[in-house]
Amino acid sequence: MSVVTIERKVLEKNDTIAAQNRARFAQHRLFVFNIVSSPGAGKTSLLERTIEHLKGRLRMAVVEGDVQTDFDAQRVARYGVPVVQIVTHGGCHLEARLVQDALASFDLAAVDLLVIENVGNLVCPANYDLGEALKVVALSTTEGDDQPLKYPGMFRNASVLVINKIDLLPYVNCDVATIRRHALQINPALTVFETSCTTLAGIPAWGEWLAAQVAAARA
Amino acid sequence: MHELGIAQGILEIVRQYVPEAQAGEVRAIKMRVGEMSGVVPDSLDFCFGAIVADTAYRGAFLAIERVATRCRCGACGREFSVDHPAFVCPDCGSPRVTLVAGSELQVVEVELAEARAEAP
Repeated sequence: MSVVTIERKVLEKNDTIAAQNRARFAQHRLFVFNIVSSPGAGKTSLLERTIEHLKGRLRMAVVEGDVQTDFDAQRVARYGVPVVQIVTHGGCHLEARLVQDALASFDLAAVDLLVIENVGNLVCPANYDLGEALKVVALSTTEGDDQPLKYPGMFRNASVLVINKIDLLPYVNCDVATIRRHALQINPALTVFETSCTTLAGIPAWGEWLAAQVAAARA
Repeated sequence: MHELGIAQGILEIVRQYVPEAQAGEVRAIKMRVGEMSGVVPDSLDFCFGAIVADTAYRGAFLAIERVATRCRCGACGREFSVDHPAFVCPDCGSPRVTLVAGSELQVVEVELAEARAEAP
């Protein structure tokens, strides 16, 4: 019996391409975030409200990731924002290569803020770097306040938590203070926003925070 | 369910070290898989078995070492294992902790049954 030493990361190929994406974003001084959540938490609605809030101030572009259909890309396109839909055909997460291919469709020199909306899934996307500056995890109040403890990998790897659908709090068994406590237990560095895409509560605070990130990337 | 893609990645890495001509000698592929890697060992094992079945590497199997989640406290330097989901130092209570183990997803080495092999 002989042994061949290997010591290689399985995802190193993805990490290499993610680093190439990151270098390209830096070259264009682009702020890029990767938004993740379970299916139906309201990622696309949050993007729509964000586009409305930042309209005329920032040039946005969106990469949409879904298992099937281009419904989300159609929704974003209605706002006149450049958008590319990646259909994974069953794949549970976006990989850096898919994003790299999608970038060919944009004029990055004419973009200030690029949003990558990942496939709805709180597990796999945590471990695939796409080249983004940071991950935003969206969690809706209908999912319950114990989600951060159930999916620690995602909450640990994210920098921002958006607690969405706060207008539904009177009707669901969910406590925002408990979400915050659980999330900060996993990741005390999280920046937290509370939003409703129906009443627009919290959208200005979130939008202004994003605008500040874009300004910092431009500086 | 991305274990299939991970399994393909493992075989791709092994191919770079053990050429097709020696494929039949490959036995255990030692893996290090952290608890926070998002990979389920049983599922990975199943997927790997499925993808090597039709290749010259069909004698290969995964020997997975599960790595527990460990953190180091940025305030007092204490290293501790995280066995319940709370990233807080048990000594000084500081939340300023960094992950030192648990996110691994690595191919460590392969065992060959007969002839010697050399790494590139």
